[in-house]
Amino acid sequence: MVTRGFFSGRRPPSDTDARIPPGQYLEQGFPVLSAGPTPRVRTEDWSFTLKQGPRPIKKWNWAEFNALPQSKMTRDIHCVTAWTKFNTPWQGVMVDDILADAGVEPPTAYTLALSFDGYSTNVPTKDLVTGKAMVALLYEGKPITSDHGGPARLLVPHLYFWKSAKWVNGLQFTERDEPGFWELRGYHMYGDPWREQRYSSDP
Amino acid sequence: MSVEPSPQSPWQAATIARIEKRTPRVTSFWFRPSRPVAHLAGQHVDIRLTAPDGYQARRSYSIASAPEAGAAIELAIERLDDGEVSPFFHDVAAVGDEIELRGPLGGHFIWQESDGGPILLVGGGSGVVPLMAMVRHRTLRNNAVPVALVFSARVWDEVIFRDELIGLDDRRDGFDLVLTLTREPARRPSDYSRRVDARMMAQAIERLPKAPKLAYVCGSNAFVSAAANALIGAGVPAEIIRTERYGV
Repeated sequence: MVTRGFFSGRRPPSDTDARIPPGQYLEQGFPVLSAGPTPRVRTEDWSFTLKQGPRPIKKWNWAEFNALPQSKMTRDIHCVTAWTKFNTPWQGVMVDDILADAGVEPPTAYTLALSFDGYSTNVPTKDLVTGKAMVALLYEGKPITSDHGGPARLLVPHLYFWKSAKWVNGLQFTERDEPGFWELRGYHMYGDPWREQRYSSDP
Repeated sequence: MSVEPSPQSPWQAATIARIEKRTPRVTSFWFRPSRPVAHLAGQHVDIRLTAPDGYQARRSYSIASAPEAGAAIELAIERLDDGEVSPFFHDVAAVGDEIELRGPLGGHFIWQESDGGPILLVGGGSGVVPLMAMVRHRTLRNNAVPVALVFSARVWDEVIFRDELIGLDDRRDGFDLVLTLTREPARRPSDYSRRVDARMMAQAIERLPKAPKLAYVCGSNAFVSAAANALIGAGVPAEIIRTERYGV
């Protein structure tokens, strides 16, 4: 439905069109969104736990986690609130390397990312491995600020950015696809920006 | 010219039924959806504009009206000069226009009677909009839950819904309005003239008969960060604080 009198718009340059998913606009800043107050997690209190159901597989403190092999990912990110930001540079530990350090193969097809503030979000395990996702420790070469999820946040850049849980403190393998915080509140279980899977009623 | 969305589309045409300027920068638009929708206080809708070449822009706007206010839902839209969608509404949109709308959406930043109270609402600028839906919902339901609304605006003339809020405050029915102006002196004896801080939050909480069960904070990211920290500084547990940020 064409909107009467709407012509101008903020069309992205045509050479970047292919990088902007449907319904998104290009953002130069880095907006902050969260469901509650920003937790201040001190690195001396930080830990990261890999779990299968309720059972811990392995737990790392900040120093141990930072000693894992680190990788860099520079990716476009897409927020469900319709902004897309190009070329965000992250450094951290690939989920593959977390699993390797724990000495496990992915035991189930689904994962819940868990956070210090009680937030959670579900991601199929296959979307976290084979170089697709990391637990990020640095943004633009510097520690991630608390409002952007520091000290550590999940980075799953090919899904809407609420899947990239801020203040992450664990990954929990689950037998079923268990909805997380926003998925229980009307948002899509998978969240592919290219299929515009914003809300639970989207195909 | 207008093509109806397919029946299974979550988008629908809504007609602008009324337009009313609220402040120099904020105008309310009432949208009458072609399929009536039921919303909860605090929810938002998505709006989609389509240019003749197919280019689309979509944004989320909080609903200001109470669920029981009638078939048209009120969105109070702030004009952002560098915006893409809000200038269209302020400069072009007219009563009778059809706009595509999706929703209501959102299941976190909502207040229902079953949530109980007391509740503490903290809004900065147009961040008051979803809080207004909660206040109106409480009033229209004759709900007695104690509510304190701390509303920060730059100046008196930018206090959105000012007359209505002061009218509700005057009823003394358990709703308390605390205005704070960041760029002008306070106009009412109980109001403030500074940015929100922990002492202001503590004093707002003292107006409630007991500690809040839930706190809702909405505004710009900078405002929400400051207000959430002020609430925590006033002893409000982080777990009961729900935030909604514009992002920037």
